[in-house]
Amino acid sequence: MLKPKWNKEYKPPASWEEMPFTGNVAGLLPTPNSGFRTLTPHFNLESCIKCMLCWVYCPEGCIDKSNETFELDRDYCKGCGICAHECPKKCIEMVRE
Amino acid sequence: MSKKAFLSANEATAYGVLLSRPHVVAAYPITPQTTLVEKLADFEASGEADFKYMMVESEHSALAAAQGASLMGARTFTASSSQGLLYMCEMLSYVSGARNPIVMADVNRSTSIPWNIYGDQRDALAMRDSGWIMIFVESGQEALDMIIQSYKLAEDPEVMTPVMVNLDGFTLSHTYDLVEIPDQGLVDKFLPPFKTINKFDMENPQTLCQTVGPDFHTEVRVTQQAAFEVAKRKIVEIDSEYGKMFGRSYGGLVEEYRTEDADYVLVAMGSVVGTMRMCVDMLREKGEKVGMIKVRSLRPFPKEYFVSLRNRFKSMGVISRDISFGYEGTLFTEIKAAMLCSSTKYVNYIAGIGGRDIHKNMINGFFEELKEIANGKETAEVKFAGLRWEYGN
Repeated sequence: MLKPKWNKEYKPPASWEEMPFTGNVAGLLPTPNSGFRTLTPHFNLESCIKCMLCWVYCPEGCIDKSNETFELDRDYCKGCGICAHECPKKCIEMVRE
Repeated sequence: MSKKAFLSANEATAYGVLLSRPHVVAAYPITPQTTLVEKLADFEASGEADFKYMMVESEHSALAAAQGASLMGARTFTASSSQGLLYMCEMLSYVSGARNPIVMADVNRSTSIPWNIYGDQRDALAMRDSGWIMIFVESGQEALDMIIQSYKLAEDPEVMTPVMVNLDGFTLSHTYDLVEIPDQGLVDKFLPPFKTINKFDMENPQTLCQTVGPDFHTEVRVTQQAAFEVAKRKIVEIDSEYGKMFGRSYGGLVEEYRTEDADYVLVAMGSVVGTMRMCVDMLREKGEKVGMIKVRSLRPFPKEYFVSLRNRFKSMGVISRDISFGYEGTLFTEIKAAMLCSSTKYVNYIAGIGGRDIHKNMINGFFEELKEIANGKETAEVKFAGLRWEYGN
């Protein structure tokens, strides 16, 4: 995936003493997917015809096509389900996390 | 050596800024700006000051420029008034949230419409929740002293919060008085150069002014609230340290005047306190048990102090040079909330709006009515003082 990813090594503050001044250490910044997501799209790539409608319709631009197959950027996907709704082959399933 | 000069409070404030040795002063020069920044521009032009004077295109930009400079570790100053302060509104919370210890002077003037260039405190009180420490002064001398004290307070590592020093428009800003300008060497000793880790630094890269999502937002706000609690203590300490070095101190968050055995007290902020002081003296000579309380810091609010006043006086009047439409004067709301369940009877006098004078007869009238209220007179809780025609009771 050719996108900047969430820094997995970042340890958020664990006490008042560790709270940075006005939150100025990189990493405290956002919450992955803003904490919105309850349903996550799962791709059934076998029936996928690569029409790219999911890629076109995703309002967050979080379906990545830089590799052979489609990949989901889970840091940004809010789980809206538009991709699953638009898929003509119904090969995207929304699964509760 | 300190020297004495005949100065308007605007000029006195400008001297306070000069003595604090800021690196950058950013200001917008057009109405409702005051002569305060003209004086600062003079200092820069004459070479008396070595700060960078940035003339920007609006008050919003003035505070944005000040913040930019502060984020580079510079000591910065700006000043505004009335609509100018309201135009800065967006930047006020940027600066306080980013913990940039900028000091600003706000010359309190009425807000439009009706258009009016004269004094009242509606401009500053509309900005009450912007996250700035808010100090109100009584004289040009206090304005000068509080600029110097405010830098020490704002830049304290435990506080790191911007300070707005409020001086009443015209009553102070354009009125001349004898002011003592402290010695630069002594000010340098009191106020060391500004040092902070909260700045852009190539050696120590970090993100400043960033987004914080719901996961940590509350915790960040708690640290801001905690800084104000520290400021409550620091305001008193810094004021007393200043008093030891310069011979003038103002009592910290509040000042009581002749309240020891008082039955009836008036509370106010800003220049009207000077007139109240005189009235208290005159009434005391006549044997009236009156006193007054000057609120110097609106944020942090001296809550513990007002809680301690519960049941102490028979009646209390709060003079507000503002009104929050649909309720009452803001200072009155704050004091009432702190003094909840007190036997003291309260009344709020809305006075001095849009530059109308609050003269001594008016204040004597307030004291007279406070006495009547203590003796059982029924009256409206919120009253406009000095009206042309009767309104309410």
